[in-house]
Amino acid sequence: MKNALLVLFLIGSMFVQAQNPTGKEILDRIDKNMASKSQIVTSKMIIHGQRSSRTIEAKTWSIGENKAFTEYLAPAREKGTKMLKLEDELWIFSPSTDRIIKISGHMLRQSVMGSDLSYEDMMENSNLIEKYDAVVTGTESINDRNCWVVELQAKTADVAYQIRKIWVDKDKYIPLREELYAKSGTLLKKTDFFEITKIGNRWYPKKIVFKDMLKKGDGTEFIIDEILFEQAIDEYIFTKAALK
Amino acid sequence: MIALKLAYRNLVGAGIRTWLNVFVLSIAYVLIIYFNGLMSGWNREARRDTINWEIANGQYWQKDYDPYDPFSFNDSHSAIPSVFNSKIDEGKIVPILISEATIYPEGRIQSIVLKGISTNQKILKLPTYELNVEIAEIPGIIGKRFSKNTNLKKDDLVTVRWRDANGTFDAAEIRIISVFNCNVPTVDNGQIWIPLDDLQKMKQMPDEATILVNGDELKVNSEIVGWVYKDIEFLVMDITKIIKTKRIGSSFFYIIILALAMLAIFDTQVLSIFKRQKEIGTYVAMGMTRKQVVTLFTVEGAFHAVLAAIVGAIYGIPILAYVAKIGFKIPEGSDDMGLAMADVIYPFFSLMLIVSTIILVFLITTIVSYLPARKISKMEPTDAIKGKIQ
Repeated sequence: MKNALLVLFLIGSMFVQAQNPTGKEILDRIDKNMASKSQIVTSKMIIHGQRSSRTIEAKTWSIGENKAFTEYLAPAREKGTKMLKLEDELWIFSPSTDRIIKISGHMLRQSVMGSDLSYEDMMENSNLIEKYDAVVTGTESINDRNCWVVELQAKTADVAYQIRKIWVDKDKYIPLREELYAKSGTLLKKTDFFEITKIGNRWYPKKIVFKDMLKKGDGTEFIIDEILFEQAIDEYIFTKAALK
Repeated sequence: MIALKLAYRNLVGAGIRTWLNVFVLSIAYVLIIYFNGLMSGWNREARRDTINWEIANGQYWQKDYDPYDPFSFNDSHSAIPSVFNSKIDEGKIVPILISEATIYPEGRIQSIVLKGISTNQKILKLPTYELNVEIAEIPGIIGKRFSKNTNLKKDDLVTVRWRDANGTFDAAEIRIISVFNCNVPTVDNGQIWIPLDDLQKMKQMPDEATILVNGDELKVNSEIVGWVYKDIEFLVMDITKIIKTKRIGSSFFYIIILALAMLAIFDTQVLSIFKRQKEIGTYVAMGMTRKQVVTLFTVEGAFHAVLAAIVGAIYGIPILAYVAKIGFKIPEGSDDMGLAMADVIYPFFSLMLIVSTIILVFLITTIVSYLPARKISKMEPTDAIKGKIQ
């Protein structure tokens, strides 16, 4: 009888383990859902300051993780500003100065147009599996959706955020919240994902809110007006010549 | 000698006209000495305060350190060369580690510079001994300007975020232990001073520094690889240049007064020569050469400068002595322009300044007096005696 109970317990444990994916599996599923060979995104970035808010409209063409070209469409002051990302390099063209500037070194740590995002945050490669060990620490509910809580610990010391926490929708395998922590454990940044919409065969958030947790204010909203996946994009757009 | 006597008699004989000219010229004397004395006093105080609070007898800079490029701070650090160890132990050299950081006072984001310094140092006037406290947070001291700009006061807590040597973000709380009153903005504006050990741990840069402040009379003779020595003259060069520019700017006031005085003397000379043609003709008729008459009139004009120096001394010495004693109160907010400036500047009137001012004014007055007097050399003595206009 005892042996039969033990066998039942072991089978039960195996069943539960099969039901609970590992952190790596969850990150893989997110990647499969969200990653695409190419994207064309028309978006709005609403930057909430202490006194007023600004809205910046942009269109971005990207291929994979390493090539992206953004053109700002509004407001008039930013219109015509273009940004080119190739691998880990970033260039900006400003029509008012008619110059191309390379953003490098410590300049990457500056805020993008006064938002809660730095150039570095924008440049970050979303392939977290390479940099982090992921562990599922539990389940929680975010916006009435059941989520896996995945804790990521950096594998090496040279990673900007040593600890991350991601809340992943159990059904759609899409993050609903991400928190970035300092080495000391202080919460630095929080990202919330809203309006999860089925686009083709994938789930995608149409609204993302970035918040610097040490700063007062309502953060920066990123609203996707239109997103097209797997589009043919001319390679010319990812050259410095296309900036001018 | 005759020319001098005659010049004096003629001048005094001219009465109120002479004394008006002399008075205006004396104002120019006093103003020139006052403004230059004020600038000299400021220069001396700024230099002295900068030495006391920031640079001591010189500094060794890590080769990549550029105080005007905060983006370079995170890369400009090296292990302290062993050749300095004994001097650091003796307290003759103070290592300072400098790092870029971000603070969030009242939820606002602000870029700052974190400076780690030995709490037991006695070379600089910074009250670093106040950092010797046992508290859970990181102790920090700030200057009055930074306190005013950020609204941070004693005992306040502020969150600071920085990146360590690997580029990883970290954050902690700093407690403001004290707010020091200092006239040197470069150790005050946009910076928090914390214990060197704490910053080395935070940055994961053990035994490293960005600059080494030399409190010793002599610098280490040998060439130190990766470090560059900057002497006092180099380190106060900015102050000297700015004050020199200010000195030129302030000269505008007394140049106007001096110009007015010179214009009055020039006019007086022209009028004298016109009105005293018969006198000039008589001098020549009595045997004086034209050159001697020109000299007489030039000396007469130049004598204004001598009388003005005496008159200026009569009222200027007590006024300037009083000003040198009470000093010149600097308006609120003037010290925010990034230059060392005490609340009160005490003018410094050196003998050199006074003598050079007297010589300068005397020379200018002589030249201005000579220019109209040249006309005399072209006069016909017979026509002059008759008083014919020439």
